Amino acid sequence: MNAPAGFDELQDLYSKVLRDLARNPAHRGRLENATATARGDNPMCGDRVEVFLNLDGGHISEAMFTGRGCEISQASAALLTELVRGKSPGEARALGQAVARMARNGERDETTEELCRLSVFSIVQRFPSRVKCATLAWHALDAALAGVKETSSE
Amino acid sequence: MDTHITSSFDVTRIRADFPILSTTVRGKPLVFLDSGASAQKPRAVMDAMTQAMETAYANVHRGAYHLSEVATEAHEAARGAVQRFLNAAEPEEIIFTPNATGAFNLVAHSFGRGMLKPGQCVLVSEMEHHANLVPWQMLRDAGLGIGLRFVRVTDRGELDLEDLAAKLADGKVGLVSLTHMSNVLGTVTPAARIARMAHEAGARVLFDGSQAAVHRAVDVQALDADFYIFTGHKLYGPTGIGVLYGKRALLDAMPPFFGGGDMIETVTLEHSTFAASPARFEAGTPAIIEAVGLHAAIDYVNAIGMSAIEAHERALVDHAMGALTQVEGLSLLGGAQDRGGVFAFSLAGVHPHDLSTYLDRSGICVRAGRHCAEPLHNRFGLEGGSTRASFGLYTTREEIDFLATKLIDARRFFA
Repeated sequence: MNAPAGFDELQDLYSKVLRDLARNPAHRGRLENATATARGDNPMCGDRVEVFLNLDGGHISEAMFTGRGCEISQASAALLTELVRGKSPGEARALGQAVARMARNGERDETTEELCRLSVFSIVQRFPSRVKCATLAWHALDAALAGVKETSSE
Repeated sequence: MDTHITSSFDVTRIRADFPILSTTVRGKPLVFLDSGASAQKPRAVMDAMTQAMETAYANVHRGAYHLSEVATEAHEAARGAVQRFLNAAEPEEIIFTPNATGAFNLVAHSFGRGMLKPGQCVLVSEMEHHANLVPWQMLRDAGLGIGLRFVRVTDRGELDLEDLAAKLADGKVGLVSLTHMSNVLGTVTPAARIARMAHEAGARVLFDGSQAAVHRAVDVQALDADFYIFTGHKLYGPTGIGVLYGKRALLDAMPPFFGGGDMIETVTLEHSTFAASPARFEAGTPAIIEAVGLHAAIDYVNAIGMSAIEAHERALVDHAMGALTQVEGLSLLGGAQDRGGVFAFSLAGVHPHDLSTYLDRSGICVRAGRHCAEPLHNRFGLEGGSTRASFGLYTTREEIDFLATKLIDARRFFA
């Protein structure tokens, strides 16, 4: 068990990269006529992310999100909508699994550009109560790809 | 029982009674402002529970041997302490439950299903904890023809008494179930007046005292409450034990909720007859050690004096109002005239969850989210929740000032 996170780690958690993602997401908004959507809720804190996808020829051609919540949940949703474009459902799910491993275990993986960018969430491992914030959007993605309309962080 | 504490309130000495308050978080002194969720425990509670296990433990109400008799005596002594704490007329009116939620569910089943009639309804408010909402929704949805109504909360966070009168007017309300002190707004409700209004309309009245009983002296007979609920762990006692007070005549008429051992008179393979209250509502082995702990907690607050605790907390509330309203960008939820030491707020530009993480790095424990009161947050347009600081008898002005300073820092950090 690691020692609890200290004050400097606040700077690491709320990095410029994460805060830019949260505050200036490239793909915030509803995607009209989305072929797959799902909403993820964290019933404990009220965070909510709705993911909209267009699936075209076995690939995600478009991805948008709406929602409300803390900077971590919103940054994660913002990055999701950037990274899953052009991916197959399987590839997109694998990115979500990578986020979960990073947030839970502090794993870093810089073998691809996508994983490198997602590694911004590895610091979340030092803040155990925030893991669900990082993974909420990816739960919604899984649900959308599975044809389920609503999911929960729990 | 500790007798060194006098009515002159000495917060430094009180803090010394709570071992956890001298611990540090990442080298920073613990600033525990989440007592509304669960309070810290004084040494006296821990010692009483340890001693019970070391010297006086056996199952209660069962064994015809000395140790069981001693344990049973301690268990019933705890019931007596609760009876006096609430000024109930008889110890048989005190039922031990697992927690406040357990008590609500007991009333919803035994009184709700057992005694409310089709066409009657339960009346709650918009500011209830989910424990005083969800059991009634389940009762409404059980197909028994029992309805559910809601009293509005004003923009100041007070109960709308005109709306209460209007909702009672048709005489269909069988039970009014309201908080005695909001766990979000800090609002203390005018319980005696509410009870009068309910009784005049032919309804029974239940108060959720989970917060109130910690901060104010409660007299269920003066309030004329039909039911009163509180929980041990918020009163500096252990988890695993809560209390339902009910008027004897009501309890005698109510069917049991859980069936099992300890709640019966005679049992054949086909039928059973049930014991009188409180045994009727206490099926199975109870929280034996926890009852001893609750007794010690009640002794502890009594030794300090509920009026001294109330005075200390009033001073803290006044101080907090001054300190928090100076923080730029901070909006308090509610502004009730009569309030206790619970402050929920939003801070412009900082999400509650991010704020909680930020404050945690300074050793400050606050709650972020909706505090089991989602409809109330929706009522105030705060779907994303709020941040809540809640005080205990060990809270100091310095801690509140430190919180205010760190809130200003947080706004800068997240700017």
